[in-house]
Amino acid sequence: MTPLATSWVQSESFIYVLYIIAFALFIQGLRGLAGPTTAVRGNRIAAVGMVIAVVATFLNPSEGEWGLIVLGIALGAAVGVPAARQVKMTAMPQMVALFNGVGGGAVFLIAWAEFRRHGSTYGDHTIHIVGNLGTLTISGGAVATYIAVFSVFAAIVGSISFWGSNIAFGKLQEIIPGRPITLGAGQQVVNLVLLVLALAAGVDLCAGAHSELLFIGMLVCAALLGNFLVLPIGGADMPVVISLLNAFTGLSAAATGIALNNPALIVAGMIVGASGTILTNLMAVAMNRSIPAIVAGGFGGGGAIAGAEGAGEHAGSIKSIGAMDAAIQLAYASKVVVVPGYGMAVAQAQHAVRELTQELEKRGVEVTFAIHPVAGRMPGHMNVLLAEADVPYDQLKEMEDANSDFVRTDVSLVIGANDVTNPAAKNTPSSPIYGMPILEVNESRSVIVIKRSMNPGFAGIENELYYEPETSMLFGDAKSAVADITAELGNI
Amino acid sequence: MDSLVIDLAVLVLAGFVGYAVISKVPNTLHTPLMSGTNAIHGIVLVGALLVISSAAGTFNKVILFIAIVFGTINIVGGFLVTDRMLEMFKAKPKPKDEEPAEKDGGGA
Repeated sequence: MTPLATSWVQSESFIYVLYIIAFALFIQGLRGLAGPTTAVRGNRIAAVGMVIAVVATFLNPSEGEWGLIVLGIALGAAVGVPAARQVKMTAMPQMVALFNGVGGGAVFLIAWAEFRRHGSTYGDHTIHIVGNLGTLTISGGAVATYIAVFSVFAAIVGSISFWGSNIAFGKLQEIIPGRPITLGAGQQVVNLVLLVLALAAGVDLCAGAHSELLFIGMLVCAALLGNFLVLPIGGADMPVVISLLNAFTGLSAAATGIALNNPALIVAGMIVGASGTILTNLMAVAMNRSIPAIVAGGFGGGGAIAGAEGAGEHAGSIKSIGAMDAAIQLAYASKVVVVPGYGMAVAQAQHAVRELTQELEKRGVEVTFAIHPVAGRMPGHMNVLLAEADVPYDQLKEMEDANSDFVRTDVSLVIGANDVTNPAAKNTPSSPIYGMPILEVNESRSVIVIKRSMNPGFAGIENELYYEPETSMLFGDAKSAVADITAELGNI
Repeated sequence: MDSLVIDLAVLVLAGFVGYAVISKVPNTLHTPLMSGTNAIHGIVLVGALLVISSAAGTFNKVILFIAIVFGTINIVGGFLVTDRMLEMFKAKPKPKDEEPAEKDGGGA
């Protein structure tokens, strides 16, 4: 295809300038996310950057297939807009997983189409680059090989991300059981074999094997790997996995950017990769677990079970109370800290919790929320739910601030959180969660735990907190239990 | 070779910029950060648009068409959902009638 127009608007330099403006807007937009007051604008700035990047691509003189493009964009918008508008805040983790998955899907499809287009020249000495001035033919071994290398990388990682995200979506949506599903002891061997096969196929392709079957085989290995990586991961490890898949999609987009020689793709993809990596690390640190250990699946293997049995000896000294007692304790406190967990999300209790805290504030009780980094199913999950319920931003305390406050707290109200409050993480070296940073609710004068039953949390570990003398248990569904307390408060 | 070197330079610099910018995002905004960055990697749409213009054959067009649909879902859905979430965070300082709280709301 030859360039049709010579207008400066369609010149390669101008299009590149637009791409540079686009990625500058992405960065500026993300800077806005440093605070809640600037964040909305930041997100919109990034969206403007995206529009500019797409428009710049349309200016490309060799751009064609307008019918398919318009139809595809219309279809994508028809699916994406209602999904984004209607999704409940409690369902946000699966929505993010899904959007992440389609991104990864697009990446591996592009890589595949690129491979098919280059056909016999893939990894050979002549390569056709899709540039902004149409198809450019360059000779020389190095060029061809590096494009093949990045393209193959994008295909493998994009495919893992697509399938992994779909499984994560299925687990969060409860289409697939949330508990770990493994092939047993052979799981890690199988994963390793799949990885080696995918890499070997990739290397072969880069070295000039012109076999589409090999390319498809590579995609299949990566797809299976994506499935097998996420299936064994239990619900509470989801924040790590979602962050990791986010990083994967970002990095695969950056690799696509290098293969297509497009600066907007490179910068945007790399920033997302950095963001996902930072979040993955934060989550892993907050659970005191290494990323490989989480990805390898299960919870610490046999140690967890032994630990759970050992801790099980406690039974006997649980103090169960009713909504009325809880209301009295809370009403006469001067400082209350609410510790929300995944149970609050499951019960959709955030609005009920907000009503309770408003009622307490009317009585002059100081209320804050202590939020563990891995509470819920994705980074910041609890914050979003509480924001939805109109809890003021400055009442949400991060773990470190919250922990210095517990000694001055009269009542800690734990709603649907478990492992993140377990003092065993500090006191019991034999515990599988030993070393994990926790919210030290046991430091406060008294603790009320709202919980459906005495079943241990995800990790299968008894929570020592429940057996401590200052702890009272209020059994019931989080939403109705909290509503009952609010009702009882009215009677005091 | 030149374009590879430049692309790699851009890649590395973007990594550092990304790290610096994202490190400043507070824990509270991590979910919007995830969905916002999610929307940004929808930029792969641009890749699909570039490649489809020179795609030959029905099958190539079909897979690139799907890539365009995916990319668009990623972008449109991601930005909208992030906007919805962030509006909830932004709404906070106003209902509170504490003057000082409103003033230093952007700090932290």
